[in-house]
Amino acid sequence: MVGEVRFGPDVLALDAEAEATRIADWMVQAVGQGLRKRGVIIAMSGGVDSSVCAALAVRAFGPKKVYGLLLPERDSSGSSASQGRLVAEQLGVVHELFDIAPALQGLGCYAQRDAAIRSVFPEYGDDWKCKITIAGGAQGGINFFRLVVQSPSGEQRDARLPVKEYLQIVAATNHKQRIRKTVEYYHADRLNYAVIGTPNRLEYDQGFFVKNGDGAADIKPIAHLYKTQVYALARHLGLPDVVCNALPTTDTYSLAQGQDEFYFTLPYAKMDLALWAHGHAVPAAELAAVIGISEDQARFIYADIEAKRRTTHYLHARPMLVEPVLADD
Amino acid sequence: MSEIQNQVRAFIEDNFILGAKGTPFGPADSFLDLHLIDSTGFLELITYLEETFGIVVKDEEMLPENLDSLQAIEAYLARKRAA
Repeated sequence: MVGEVRFGPDVLALDAEAEATRIADWMVQAVGQGLRKRGVIIAMSGGVDSSVCAALAVRAFGPKKVYGLLLPERDSSGSSASQGRLVAEQLGVVHELFDIAPALQGLGCYAQRDAAIRSVFPEYGDDWKCKITIAGGAQGGINFFRLVVQSPSGEQRDARLPVKEYLQIVAATNHKQRIRKTVEYYHADRLNYAVIGTPNRLEYDQGFFVKNGDGAADIKPIAHLYKTQVYALARHLGLPDVVCNALPTTDTYSLAQGQDEFYFTLPYAKMDLALWAHGHAVPAAELAAVIGISEDQARFIYADIEAKRRTTHYLHARPMLVEPVLADD
Repeated sequence: MSEIQNQVRAFIEDNFILGAKGTPFGPADSFLDLHLIDSTGFLELITYLEETFGIVVKDEEMLPENLDSLQAIEAYLARKRAA
């Protein structure tokens, strides 16, 4: 028991209509009064987070004050732009597609990434696919990463990633989130709009974003909501089934990659409960019983939650100053 | 303190501790508990151990009990060399 609330999946239940209204009212206040902007920019990946944010923005401002951007690149899944377009059309928002692949190619994003991959798999060709998976932490070990590549014939190979190559691949692919944000702010400047950031609570709390990339925004309307709750809002807001039923992916690597493969140690529904339990001092044994893992694993998950907070603390930090300069520094 | 512990300590001090004063740590102190090394740092430490001591750290050996203190690393290296 946690206070009056018995820990279980029901702790994440929410009154979707009341929450949608609360967020929409807050958005009007934040954008109109707080930021003095005239509308909002939303990059629409076709995933549940950006789709819910777009629907909430339409509820807050009406479709004419919401500008949707579809920003695919070479490794985006085919469904990304089509789902984003489906949501934009359903919501009736003005939207445009802008392919960021040429900008990424100009920056060397693909070349730098592929050079690091080839130092592990020299045979890796332009028509191969890749992804990175995480291991270790959920078993109480030290987190490490494996590189998975797939040849055009479908043969997969994988190997542990040395740290230098891992960091180069991540640094190169981070260009994707940063270029998207550059395009979003181009339109924000042009229209005098605010930019919406779309992290859910798991991503925000655990630092699953790129600093000055998808982490940059003027408002983050669902950062307090667990992923489970975002899905509940998506269903309540009547978003398309393909969005409401989609599993979370990174949509960053050419091989399909679940977020729990790359970053989180559990699938989102269990990770939501683990994060809630950690925040409410639920004993590891109780978490273990509810989500069907061992007590040891639950302890490892708690330790991993704390380690990720420490490691990603700087992602949230404002630039540090020698001394305060403005009143709110 | 043994030669191996001194070597590893020098690597950690050179690479993970910025600033002249740093964080003092003893042979049995946990790098994790002291927040001396983060997850990426452990991967760097493993690369260093592999290159310096001519071993291969297997996936299943990437555990705090093998790598989370100077004493643990020395004992782990001794087991690897004996194997």
